[in-house]
Amino acid sequence: MATRAIPPGAAIGRPLDRVDGLAKVTGQARYSADVPAEGVAFAVAVNAAVARGRVASIDTSRALAHRGVLTVITHADAPWPDHAPARTDLEEPEGGVLWGRPDQGLHLVLRDDRVRYPGQPIAVVVAETLEAAEYGAKLVSARYEAQIPRSDLDAALRTQTPFLPPGSQLMPAGDPVDTRRGDPETALAQAAHTVDQDYSTPMEHHQQMEPHATLAEWRGDRLTLHDASQGVHIRQGAIAAAFGLPRENVRVISKFVGGGFGGKGRAWPHVVLAALAARAVARPVKLVLSRDQMSSMVGYRAAHRQRLRLGADADGRLTAIAHDNIQPTAAHDTYLEATAKSTRALYACPNVSTSHRLVRFDVGVPTSTRAPGKAPGIFALESAMDELAFTTGIDPIELRLTNYAETDPRADRPWSSKGLRACYAVGADRFGWESGPIRPRRRREEPWLIGRGMASSVYPGFRAPATARCTLHPDGTAHVESGTLDFGVGTYTTMAQVAAETLGLPFEKVRFDLGDSALPEAPVIGSSRTMASVGSAVRAACQQARAAAVQRAPDSDGDLAAALATIDVPLTAEASVAPGDEWDRFGIHAFGAHFCEVGVDADTGIVRIRRYVTAMDGGRIINPKLARSQIVGGVIWGIGMALMEETRTDLVTGQNVNTSFADYLIPVNADIPDIDVVFVEPEDRHANPLGVKGIGELGIVGAAGAIANAVFDATGLRIHDLPISPDKLLAAL
Amino acid sequence: MRPFELARPDSLAGAMAAVQAPGAMYVAGGTTIVDLVRAGAERPSRLVDINRIPGLVGVARTEGGFRIGALARMADVAADETVAAAMPAVVQSLRLAASTQIRNMASIGGNLLQRTRCPYFRKPDHGCNKRTPGSGCAAAEGDDKAAAIFGASGACRAVYPGDLAIALIAFDAELEIASAEGEMRLMPLADLHRLPGEAPHLDTTLAAGDLITALRIPASASARRSVYCKVRDRASYEFALVSVAAGLDVDGSGLIRDARLAAGGVGTVPWRLTEAEQALIGTEHGTQAWARAADLAVRDAVPGRQNAYKVDLLKRTLVAVLRNL
Amino acid sequence: MTKSDDPAPDAHEGGAAELTRRDLGKTAMAVTGAVALGAFPVGAEADAIPEILRADDPIPLDLRVNGARLVIEAEPHVSLLDALRERAGLTGTKKGCAQGACGACTVQVDGKPVLSCLTLAALVEGAEITTVEGLADGEDLHPLQRAFIEQDAFQCGFCTPGQLMTGAACLAEGAATSPGAIREYMSGTLCRCGAYPNIVAAVDTAGREG
Repeated sequence: MATRAIPPGAAIGRPLDRVDGLAKVTGQARYSADVPAEGVAFAVAVNAAVARGRVASIDTSRALAHRGVLTVITHADAPWPDHAPARTDLEEPEGGVLWGRPDQGLHLVLRDDRVRYPGQPIAVVVAETLEAAEYGAKLVSARYEAQIPRSDLDAALRTQTPFLPPGSQLMPAGDPVDTRRGDPETALAQAAHTVDQDYSTPMEHHQQMEPHATLAEWRGDRLTLHDASQGVHIRQGAIAAAFGLPRENVRVISKFVGGGFGGKGRAWPHVVLAALAARAVARPVKLVLSRDQMSSMVGYRAAHRQRLRLGADADGRLTAIAHDNIQPTAAHDTYLEATAKSTRALYACPNVSTSHRLVRFDVGVPTSTRAPGKAPGIFALESAMDELAFTTGIDPIELRLTNYAETDPRADRPWSSKGLRACYAVGADRFGWESGPIRPRRRREEPWLIGRGMASSVYPGFRAPATARCTLHPDGTAHVESGTLDFGVGTYTTMAQVAAETLGLPFEKVRFDLGDSALPEAPVIGSSRTMASVGSAVRAACQQARAAAVQRAPDSDGDLAAALATIDVPLTAEASVAPGDEWDRFGIHAFGAHFCEVGVDADTGIVRIRRYVTAMDGGRIINPKLARSQIVGGVIWGIGMALMEETRTDLVTGQNVNTSFADYLIPVNADIPDIDVVFVEPEDRHANPLGVKGIGELGIVGAAGAIANAVFDATGLRIHDLPISPDKLLAAL
Repeated sequence: MRPFELARPDSLAGAMAAVQAPGAMYVAGGTTIVDLVRAGAERPSRLVDINRIPGLVGVARTEGGFRIGALARMADVAADETVAAAMPAVVQSLRLAASTQIRNMASIGGNLLQRTRCPYFRKPDHGCNKRTPGSGCAAAEGDDKAAAIFGASGACRAVYPGDLAIALIAFDAELEIASAEGEMRLMPLADLHRLPGEAPHLDTTLAAGDLITALRIPASASARRSVYCKVRDRASYEFALVSVAAGLDVDGSGLIRDARLAAGGVGTVPWRLTEAEQALIGTEHGTQAWARAADLAVRDAVPGRQNAYKVDLLKRTLVAVLRNL
Repeated sequence: MTKSDDPAPDAHEGGAAELTRRDLGKTAMAVTGAVALGAFPVGAEADAIPEILRADDPIPLDLRVNGARLVIEAEPHVSLLDALRERAGLTGTKKGCAQGACGACTVQVDGKPVLSCLTLAALVEGAEITTVEGLADGEDLHPLQRAFIEQDAFQCGFCTPGQLMTGAACLAEGAATSPGAIREYMSGTLCRCGAYPNIVAAVDTAGREG
C-alpha cells in the first residue's frame, strides 16, 4: 500500500490510494441496501403490465394471503399524508417538465389510476421477508383499460413535427437550444467538400452495478432515507416537496453509492414507494429495484437522431457546420439533452448552426447518462470529421489542427486554458500514429482487418454553488465535510487532498465526510463538476479555518500544526462559494484525444479493441491514480456504446426487452485491453480556484467516434448507427 | 420467488421417490432452475436435490470414448485434458460457455437441459407459449433479433441457447437416463430436444421423473480433429449469436472421409447440419466444398424480421471454421 | 401439476394452463432410439424416501461461513445470497442482478467461486463458504485485497467483493498465468465503472508477489 506519509501541504497531484479502499475490499463499505435497521420490512414494486391506459382494478387478495405479506399499497389506498400536495395538482398539460418541479414529478406515484409509461409502478408489496415481498409482488394482478402504446420512435418521427417546449433551455441555465452564427446554408452550398450524414444512437441504460435502493424510516413526520442517490440535498428537497414536509424533516444519507453515471440524480418513483411503505407498516422498509426494473422504473439515455453537415474548402478548412438533433421524450414528462452543444465550441468555423427538437411517445422519461448530449453528439461530429478527412485526403489529426479553435468560437473570448493541441501530439506519439490520408483495408492479420482511428473529446467545465465546512481539532486533525457524494469518483480521497494541501497538514491528519443531507449543501454530483464546485468550497472553508486558527495563535508563525497545539476547542469554518462571471469571460472546457486500434473479423464482423491511447486535458489533476481510473472507465463506457449497448423495445407492448445483464450487453473484462491514459495539464487560472476542468465524462466523449473511425479504416465501412454490431458490418463485408 | 418444497435424497431410489410429487423437478447446480423460478418461468412444487446421489460424477475413458457423470460440473470437463485431446470441440464448447462461476456450478446433465434465453420467456407480461402454453409468442410481432432461423413454429421461435449440446450432437453423444420406474436406458442426445411444434413448453422428450445420469461420447477421427467456434458481440460471457461445431476426418490425399457439423444460436434445438456433412464427405477439403456445405447448411433457414443476419453469419462462420480445420 | 392449495397460477405468469412433461413423455419415448440398459431398485425401500422440507416452513440451516458455524432459519427457496445478506447480516456480498448474469454475488464454496444468487442456501449445508468478510486473515489483508487498493481496482466498489472472490480463486487455482488468462477468468464478474484494466493488474501483481 502506498505510504500515507505525505509532507504537509503537498497532497494535490499525488497518486494516493483511495481512503475508502480498505472498507471496499473488506466488505465493510455499506451501500444503501446494506444498512442494518431493526425490524426492517421489505418492499417490492409491482409494475404495470401495459404501457398506456388505466388500471381498471387491482386484485391484491392473493398477495395479502401469502405468508409474510404485511400489506399491499395501490393508488386507491396509498398513505399519502394530508399535507402532501393536493390531488388537483395532478392535472397538468400534456408533457410537463416534471424534473423542474420541486418534487421532480414524484407527486404522480400511486396517486391515480393512469398508466403513463411502461414499467410504471402500480402497487408496492410489503412483507416480513424479501422472499415474501418478491413473490407477493407476483401475486398482485391488475386489469387494465389499455390503450395501444406509442412505442416506435421511427413512427413518432414520421407522424410528429419535432417541437420544443416553450422556455426550453440547455444546461447551464440560460444556454440557448438553437444557435446560429454566420450563414451555414450558403457556406455549405459553396463548399469544396461536404459531408451530409445522419447518425443514430440507441436508447441506453445506466445499469449501475448497484440497483437503486432505498431504506426508509419514519419517526413521526420525520423521514430518514438511506438512498442510492447522486445528490442528498436535491433528493431531500424532492421528497420533502412530494410529502409536503419542511425540508429539514427529511434526511437523506448516501455514504456509499454503487455507481451513478447520471441515473441516480433524479429521484425515481421507488424512493416514494419505500417511504409510503414505511409509513403504511410503521417500520423501516427496504426497497431495492430488480435488475429488470433497472430498465423500466428509472431513466436512461434517450435515442438520438442526428444530422450532421460539414462544409470545407479545398484545404479542409471548415466553412460550415450544421448539427441538428432530434430526441424522444416521454408523453408525460420532458427531458432535453444538449446533444449539439459542444459542436458550437470544438472547431473554428464561421458558419455554425445547431438545433435540438423533441418528439413524444409512451416511454419513461430519459435522464442524464454519462456525458449527456456530448457522448452521442461528439460521436456524430467526430465521425463526420473523419468522413471529411477521408474525402479530402487529409490526415485526421491534421484536419483537426487545421480547424483548431484558438479562442472560444461561440463568442469573442479566450479559453480559460486549452491543451487539446498537446493531447493530439502526445496521444499520437504514444499511439504511434502514422500521419497520412485514411486508406481503408490496408492492414490484415488473418482473419482480422486492422484499423486505427482517432477522435477529439470536449466537455464543458461546469461549476455550481457549494458549501463545505472545516473543523480543526486540538489534536492536529481536520475534519472536512460537505454533502457531496462518492459513487466511485474518489471524492472521499480527493477532497481530503485539497483540504490537506490548503491547510498545510499531513494528508493522514485530514478526514473528509460526505453523503448526508445534514452536511453543508452541495450540488448533485455529475456533469464533471464536483471538484470545481465542492473542491472550491473545501478550499475556501479550509483557508478560512486555517486563517482563524493561525490568527488565534500569533506565535505559531503561520504553522497550523503549531497553532492547533495551542487551542483547546475545535474551530470550525464554513464557506459557500459560487461561480463568478468566468463563464462570460472565458470559454471553459476540458479537452482530449482518443486513439484506438481495432480488429474486425473479416469472417464474422466481430469488432475487438486491440489498443487504446487517450490524452486528456482536464486541467489540474488532483490525484492522477484516481483520475486515470475515471478516464479508463469513461473509455470503457465508450467501447460499450460503440460496440454493444442498446436497449431494445418491443414495439407492440412498449416494454423494453433486453433488461438483464445477459442481454443488455456491457463490456466484460475480456473486451478491454490496456488503456493508456496521459494527462496534459495546462495551467488554468480562470476556470475555478483549483484550476480543474472535470474528468468524469471526458473519457466517454469521442470514444465511440474513434472506434467507428477505426472500423472504417479497417473495413472501408462507415457505420452511422450505433452499436457497431456484426449484423450491421456483415452485410457489407 | 415462488416457494417450493425441497428433498435432498442421498440415493437414486430416494430421488425417484421424491420426484413422484406432481410438479417436482430436479436441481443440481441450480443455475437454470433457480433463475427461472425467480423469473416466474418455472413453477416447481418441489425441487429434488440430486447432488448427494453417489456415483454421478467423474469423467471416465471407456472403450469407445468417454463416459461423463451427469453431475460432473462444466468446469470439471472443461479442465479435462484427455477429453480435450480426443475431442477438442467438446471441451472448447464448455470453455467458451457461461462464466467461471457458472461453469463451477452447472452440471453437465443440467447444462443440456438449459432453457431458452428468448427474452420473452422471462417476461411474464408478454405472451410466451414456452412459458405459458396458449399465451402466444411475443417474438412473432416483437423483437426477434435473437430468434431461431431453424426449427421454429408458429408457436415458438426461441433459440436453444447452449454450447455443449451443439458439440455433442455433432459427435453422436448418448445419454444414460434413469426413469422413475427404475429403468435405465441409453438414448441418443439427438433425440433429447423436441422441436417446438404446437407444444413449445416441452423442451425435451424426457418423461416425468427421468433423470440423466451420464453422458457417453464416442471417440472418432472427426472428433479428434474438431473445433467449436462461438461468435458473439462480447469477447466472453455471452450466448452465441451463432456457433459452429465441426469435425473432419481427412485422408492423406485431402479427401474428406467423415464430416461432423452442428450449429448453435440458430435452431430451436441443437441443430445438426446433416446435409452439409453429407456434401463434404468424399469431396476435397477446399473452398469449393466449404462453400457448398455453407449453402446447404442454410437451405432450410427461415429468418424472421430482425434475425436474417444469422443466415449469412452462419454461412461465413461455417466456411471460416472449415478453412481452419 | 398445479397444487390444490394454489388454485391459480401467479398473476404475473399470465394464466398458465400447464401441461406436465408426463403428458408427452410416454409417447415421445416410443419414437426415440432408446436402448434399455437395465434396472435399479425404486420404491420398495421405505427408507429411500427422503425428508421433504415444506415450502412455507423455515428450517434451521447449519452453514459454515468464513470458518465459523452459522445457523440460520430459512425456507427452501432462500438463496445463499439472501441468507447471507438478510439473515446473517453479511452484507459484503452484493446483489447486482439476482439472475446469475453479473457476478457481484460471487462467493467461494469449498474454494470455488460460485454465484450465491443462484445457490439455494439449503444445498450448501456442510460446505465451506467464504465471503469477502472472510478473505482477510484477521487484520492481515489477502494479497489481492492489498493489490486492489494499490492498483485502484475499483471505483464505486460495488462489484469489488465479487471481483475479489473470483480473483482470489483465480490466484489459488494458478490460473493467473497471463493478463489474457486473467481477463477470461474474470469475465463473469462485471464492473460498470470500468475498472477492468486495474483489476487485471491487481490479480497479476498479487499473483507475482504471492
